[in-house]
Amino acid sequence: MTEPDAPSTAPVRVVVVDDHAMFRRGVRAELASAGAGVVEVVAEAADVDEAVAAVRTHRPDVVLLDVHLPGGGGVEVMRRQAPDGTRYLALSVSDAAEDVIGTIRGGARGYVTKTITGPELVDAIRRVADGDAVFSPRLAGFVLDAFAGSIEVAAVDEDLDRLTEREREVMRLIARGYAYKEVAKELFISIKTVETHMSSVLRKLQLSSRHELTRWASDRRLL
Amino acid sequence: MSSPSSTAPQPGAAAPRETRKAYRDTHDVVVGGVASGLAEHLGLPVLTVRVAFLVLALLGFLGVALYAGLWMVLPADNRFPVDAPGLESATRGGRRPGPRRRWTDYGPMIALHTLGFGLVLVAEAIFGRGAIFWPVFLGLVGLALLWRQADEAQRERWRDTSGRVDPLRIVFGGGGWGAVARVASGVSLVLAAALIIGLDGASLADARGAVAGGALVLLGIAVVVGPWVYRLATDLSAEREERVRNQERADVAAHLHDSVLQTLALIQKNATDSAVVARLARAQERDLRAWLYAEEAQDERTLASALRGAMAELEDAHGITVDVVTVGDCDLDEQLRPVLAAAREAVTNVAKHAGTGRADVYAEVTDTAVDIFVRDRGCGFDPDHTAPDRYGVRHSIVDRLQRHGGSAEIRSAPGEGTEVRLHLPRPTSTDPSRGDER
Repeated sequence: MTEPDAPSTAPVRVVVVDDHAMFRRGVRAELASAGAGVVEVVAEAADVDEAVAAVRTHRPDVVLLDVHLPGGGGVEVMRRQAPDGTRYLALSVSDAAEDVIGTIRGGARGYVTKTITGPELVDAIRRVADGDAVFSPRLAGFVLDAFAGSIEVAAVDEDLDRLTEREREVMRLIARGYAYKEVAKELFISIKTVETHMSSVLRKLQLSSRHELTRWASDRRLL
Repeated sequence: MSSPSSTAPQPGAAAPRETRKAYRDTHDVVVGGVASGLAEHLGLPVLTVRVAFLVLALLGFLGVALYAGLWMVLPADNRFPVDAPGLESATRGGRRPGPRRRWTDYGPMIALHTLGFGLVLVAEAIFGRGAIFWPVFLGLVGLALLWRQADEAQRERWRDTSGRVDPLRIVFGGGGWGAVARVASGVSLVLAAALIIGLDGASLADARGAVAGGALVLLGIAVVVGPWVYRLATDLSAEREERVRNQERADVAAHLHDSVLQTLALIQKNATDSAVVARLARAQERDLRAWLYAEEAQDERTLASALRGAMAELEDAHGITVDVVTVGDCDLDEQLRPVLAAAREAVTNVAKHAGTGRADVYAEVTDTAVDIFVRDRGCGFDPDHTAPDRYGVRHSIVDRLQRHGGSAEIRSAPGEGTEVRLHLPRPTSTDPSRGDER
């Protein structure tokens, strides 16, 4: 239900990276039916090398990136690809906070789970293509947890490592299952402002230099 | 909660009088990981220990000797990273990123090397070009490099569960230029030290003779011992491979039998009933996912795990999908049960009345309160004109929480879904430290 059908000129060009052929086929079919005219799958890849090659050849707008990938994981793809216009959206079956946060910190602009519906996925791809961040409720929960002070305060570098009250509020609503539009309505701000907050949280997450973020993740799962 | 020892051990009730062993910390390595391991053992800040070593080093190299001695004696911590099976498998298969060092990690190392160099200059300034100083210094540095590489190789061996024990791997670990460089420079430094000593006050010819003799002896030992070591390594690797494979197979078989096979059998029996099949499949997915990736408990020990368990039950009972996200956690005590029961009630409501098969549950535990939000995108209703049956249900949520000092709010509008917000202050009687967060 996106009201202004953005004056989209060309469909978003997407490369699907996943080591399971069945899953790739499923995503392709899903995107073809739910995202006809909005999203176009230009290539597929099954491991890190293929993915890097595909990105170099096709220069897609968005790469749907599996987190667990032969050859070093999704992070490796982003590391080997010099930063250009291509944006990455992590699509994972793994619920492990360490993987999810690791991929985001590696440069992905969003993370969604594989149980996502077709229309939601199309929407997420469009947002990422526009340069916005996409957080699933689960990722928002991880982010809140990581910044909440489950980590010792001594480890905080600067105020960069903290979320503002507003950003925390936005994250909380996303974690509660609100869509962007509903977040905007709830907080009496515009969708654009919500997107700005999300992007700044993403930036803090990626810039945050505390490697405790990952340590936090592995610690938690052991409890 | 006041334990006799002030150094808080790892979470979980520690066995009463277990001897605590000191290890070297191979994850936080500047030189040999002695200081960080010692710091953890003594419950001191790492910096303090490092400074202590440096100060001791100034007292006639006592610190250096101590460090070297501890390095030799203390075992490396063989902390195997224990993960969920799916994650471990992905790690073994190279589908997850390995640990990566960043430039900031090299900072202390560079500082230390600079300091060491400065120390040499100071010693030179004080003692003049001491005859014995240089060979000893070179030898020590060479040995340190070799030890360091041995540690690295040992770590690689732990990490590598499937591969054979390759004699080359024993020395170089995962290979790479760092390993080769370390071994080469270590060996050449030690040799240089030996040469300098050999050359001391003697002719080059004498030294050459001594060096050649030593080399011949070493070669002889290698020829005698080499095949034996090689055979040992092969046996060892075969045995380990077999053991690891057996364990894994047993684990997977046990789990598949307990879960997937049973479910598949049930699905076959109920193949015509799509609701049952969907429910079984969903339950199995949740179970398998938890086993493979997250290992998030669903028992009654903490609030988050109890919530997850309750929601899993509801998923099974009503055939709906509940996404649970939790932030923070605390032990589940009796005072927190009402909020759990209310959340349960709210999700049951979603299953019965909302008409979507989905609910989002978000729980946030802070030091002062527990908040749980249950949201659905179903048909919604007008809270001011509720039907009598709904009123009763609302009663059981709102009143229950109010009785226990909390509050509940229900927000809904026709066509916009419903959100139930539950808030319960946490009793602050237990110790206020963050320790109970875990």
